[in-house]
Amino acid sequence: MGFVTPDYGTIFWMLIIFGIVLFILKKFAWGPILKALKDREKSISDALNSAEKARKDVAGLKASNDQIITEARKEKDLILKEARDIKDKIVADAKNLANAEAQKSIEYARQQINAEKMAAINDIKKQVAELSVMIAEKVIRKELENTKDQEILVESLLKDLKLK
Amino acid sequence: MTPLIRSFLLFIFTILLSAGISRANETETAGKEGGNTEIFNPGKFVIEHVSDSYEWHIATFGETQVSVPLPIILYSSGKGLNFFMSSKFHHGKEAYKNFRIEHEGKNEGKIVELNETGEVTGLPINLSITKTVAGIFVSVIVLLLIFLNIAKAAKRRTGQAPQGMQNLFEPVILFVRDDIAKPAIGEKRFEKFMPFLLTVFFFILINNLLGLVPIFPFGANVTGNIGVTLVLALFTFLVTTFNTNKEYWKEIYNPEVPWWLKFPIPLMPIVELTGVITKPFVLMIRLFANMLAGHLIVTVFVSLIFIFAVKLGVGGGLGVSVISVLFSVFMLLLDVLVSFIQAYVFTLLSALYFGMASPEHH
Repeated sequence: MGFVTPDYGTIFWMLIIFGIVLFILKKFAWGPILKALKDREKSISDALNSAEKARKDVAGLKASNDQIITEARKEKDLILKEARDIKDKIVADAKNLANAEAQKSIEYARQQINAEKMAAINDIKKQVAELSVMIAEKVIRKELENTKDQEILVESLLKDLKLK
Repeated sequence: MTPLIRSFLLFIFTILLSAGISRANETETAGKEGGNTEIFNPGKFVIEHVSDSYEWHIATFGETQVSVPLPIILYSSGKGLNFFMSSKFHHGKEAYKNFRIEHEGKNEGKIVELNETGEVTGLPINLSITKTVAGIFVSVIVLLLIFLNIAKAAKRRTGQAPQGMQNLFEPVILFVRDDIAKPAIGEKRFEKFMPFLLTVFFFILINNLLGLVPIFPFGANVTGNIGVTLVLALFTFLVTTFNTNKEYWKEIYNPEVPWWLKFPIPLMPIVELTGVITKPFVLMIRLFANMLAGHLIVTVFVSLIFIFAVKLGVGGGLGVSVISVLFSVFMLLLDVLVSFIQAYVFTLLSALYFGMASPEHH
């Protein structure tokens, strides 16, 4: 058998054997092996992707947490400021109201006092008139006894009597 | 992974070391005995070691040859189908059922049909299981055992880390996929060709490596047989041709070259068509020549021992044997490298041809 002349017997058997081996391996070996490799690669890359996604989610969560805290802080400040304003306003209102009320009370008191005073004056005037009548009566009676004395008395009486 | 690979390498090295030594021993015995009766013929010795034969020779002790007989299958118009074991030929010395192995002349090494007077009447159709075919059977069994097991493991352990044999071969499969098929064929189409590329790669690799193991049932020179490489190249050619697109044929029959290269003499189409044939032809020759050369060189180094033993006596032969064994071991180690490289090159070039079979329009 020469080296460079292919032997047809060898070619015949090789064709059959290689064909069968190719078929068997293709059907029963390479399919499952390549599929397993692909599946493993896919699961690894999926795992990596999901880890990356989880990492991003956590980062996003942290950022949004920070934002929420900042907003809450702002809101708190706002609420506090509003409360302070309301407090100031209430205090100021109360003060104003109290002032007005006091003014009103004072005014009323003054009016009362004036009214009382007028009444008192009127009363005094009436009493004075009555007293004067009484005095005049007494004077008249005394005059009857002594005119001169009577005059002196009236004089002194009138002197004492001074309207306020 | 590393301890496994390390032990695998250690295993290979051990085999190779024993390969060199046992080859030397085997031939030394044959040489010594042969030296008494006939002159040692290194050319014949080397050629016999790498050629195909009808029996699987293991060793020779004096006049007794130890060999495994292989089935002979012959068909001739005169005698119909004949099936018998090669032991009937008594190592090629006798004729059986009027069939004989020719040892010289133009039919040297072939089985010829004889008539009653012993004259050669013709060549029967010979589909015998020769040593090469038997070697293919052995390596195919190894191949199937390995990869059907891995497939089983891959199915059983879906989604888990690979283990054992699976772990050993998965990087190689990934290498074929990611470094040969993907770049050569392209992301979109490579998957279709993966079964063929993987089968070719591992078929060549396992045959190359088993060819280096000199112990029966390994050591047949399979990938160094041109018939085997011819079939491998033929498969590549067929797969290429059945996966072509219009662009591929246009570039062959009507390439974009100046018109005078196509008319009146279709120079470029002829060149391109030649290329279609030379591509698989080169694949065939490259693998065959590389593997044959590796086997030849190792046997040549071994036969040096007997040349010197004949010239300088037994002492000279022993002295040279040290150097020869060292060289043989070195060459066998080199052959391991060549085994991987040739499997890689064959697969890579096949993948490149598949990639070129459906080019994008440019």
